[in-house]
Amino acid sequence: MSHRIPEDSQRKKRRNEAVANIDKLTAHRGMATWGETLVPLGDFQRAARRSGRQLTASERRAAVQRYLEPRSDETAIEGPFSRIAVFGGIYNNSFALRALLDETQTRRVDAVYCLGDLGGFGPNPEDVWPLLEQGSVKSIQGNYEESLATGREDCNCGYADPRDNHFAEVSYSYTARNCSSEFKRWMGSLPKRRRVRVGQRELLLIHGSPRRINEFMFFSATSVPFLEILLDQERCDGILCTHTGLYWHRQLPSGRDVVNVGVIGRPANDGRTEVWYSVLSDEGERLRVEFIPLAYDHPALAKAMRREKLPEEFVETIVSGWWTTCLEILPARERAVSRF
Amino acid sequence: MEAPMEQEGTLQDSRFEEPPSGQNQVAPGDSPNVELRSLDTLWFQVGGTVCNLACSHCFISCSPTNHTHEFMTLAQVETHLAEAEALGVKEYYFTGGEPFLNPEMEDILEVTLRRGPATVLTNGLLLDNKRCQRLATLARSAEYSLDLRISIDGYSAEANDPIRGEGTFERILAGASRAASAGLNPVMTVTEVHRDNVTDDGRQRFFKVLRTRGIERPRLKILPVFQIGAEAERTGVYESWQQLAENDVPEGGWDHLQCSTSRMVTDQGVWVCPILVNEPLGRMGQSLADTLGSFPLNHQACWTCHVHGVSCRT
Repeated sequence: MSHRIPEDSQRKKRRNEAVANIDKLTAHRGMATWGETLVPLGDFQRAARRSGRQLTASERRAAVQRYLEPRSDETAIEGPFSRIAVFGGIYNNSFALRALLDETQTRRVDAVYCLGDLGGFGPNPEDVWPLLEQGSVKSIQGNYEESLATGREDCNCGYADPRDNHFAEVSYSYTARNCSSEFKRWMGSLPKRRRVRVGQRELLLIHGSPRRINEFMFFSATSVPFLEILLDQERCDGILCTHTGLYWHRQLPSGRDVVNVGVIGRPANDGRTEVWYSVLSDEGERLRVEFIPLAYDHPALAKAMRREKLPEEFVETIVSGWWTTCLEILPARERAVSRF
Repeated sequence: MEAPMEQEGTLQDSRFEEPPSGQNQVAPGDSPNVELRSLDTLWFQVGGTVCNLACSHCFISCSPTNHTHEFMTLAQVETHLAEAEALGVKEYYFTGGEPFLNPEMEDILEVTLRRGPATVLTNGLLLDNKRCQRLATLARSAEYSLDLRISIDGYSAEANDPIRGEGTFERILAGASRAASAGLNPVMTVTEVHRDNVTDDGRQRFFKVLRTRGIERPRLKILPVFQIGAEAERTGVYESWQQLAENDVPEGGWDHLQCSTSRMVTDQGVWVCPILVNEPLGRMGQSLADTLGSFPLNHQACWTCHVHGVSCRT
């Protein structure tokens, strides 16, 4: 319902606004806005210069050094291995997990790691648990496990958009309702980080980032200097993460690696129905990183999702390979190649 | 040469001082301090407080003649980028004023995109075809994302124009359309000046408007208003109870506040956040290294950030 102001009074209002605007536009000449007050520009600049700290060159160096100090981490080192399979984000997709475990048996890997987010999105969360145990999958907690184990009211996925949050809530409340307390306790018993040796390289395995379980590390939105300093602070040769749902690998100028291992719960927003996991192998000089598309019985998953009355938007992603939700968190580059 | 700090001690001891006249919105009494957890986001007040609009809700009262902060030069930006790299900054944001009034803005973006992802907050009026093409080329060739955020204040001219100025609704959408057809998909940013801006209904109607303008995958961010600057004049200042006290520390700490992960650089030094650049005591130092300590949440605008969980990031 629009509330139109009659033409005459609207014109008058605009005229008044224009007059008020002229005052506003000229008010600042030679003046500064200090909060809500106009003051002579010099007063503002002098007050600003007096504010804050001005360290000497050596104090600055010391401050930066303190800021960059490595973090202590007592996590035991697993391995050494020559070849591992790593994936994240199962999102209740037991169909893909079963296919993955069949496949990794033929790929001669030494160990299989899961970087968390077992639940959400798909149907029947409990189906995942026995498969993880039978397959000897070594897992860490994602934000889903942390939230379910501690009884949080939300998944703490880290979305900011109301529509994304709505679907995150649908996912989480379904998973929370359909998980036994034993399963939730088991989730809470998983570590939040692991350190794994592949060849000579020590890799740190976390869910989002080493700093935050729900930090999004997208390829186009994480600068190289940022990653180098993360690796310095964590004293490791590589970081393996997930959380965003999109896989990527960046070899850094220092020769170290950061790998987002992808997720097997839903496609990678690429119009393909396969999901993606990673195989990392020691090649002496370098870490070989392969992203592997995994075909699975996705029609059966779609059927099970509909049976559980999960949102049709989720089913559409499974059958089309395009994301329909969680899109607003994508940086421009990743969003540009998505259908929606 | 900058004047040295006048008093000994840390910023925890400092308090916003009273401007020479008029009202300020600094909370009296003790305030909680926020530590810088990590410097992830670096902002540049690259357009100063100079703008081709004079929006009636602008929290730093930007206008064509407000030179409280001036444009930043490419050289100034590069100095801080080098410093930021050494501290492992993850991403860069550019705002003003209107960033594209700055004649060096496109060069600044080119230099920045070699170092990390960049987001520009603009009013969209200067997005002509030539600029959109140049930005799109930059975005395609860069290793990192270039995001554009275009401000608009309602989903119709009747809602937007009284805030941003006569005829701006159409001009903003025209700029957004040109950006979209060049291959840049801007994030439209609205404030909560109108209730309609935040309802699902309002959003759906806006998405429809955007689609008719050729923006096929509309993106939207909603921000609250701060009762400071021009907005204080429009709707009034904060109530006295709208402030944070020392014992207000939430269970999860202050991690939700952007001052725990960002800083703002202007032509006059480094400020704590994008909101308080018109408060001299929001300035924390000259170099980023000066600003790695904590900051007291003693401005009433800090209350808005806390209560609304504001992040100026996209």
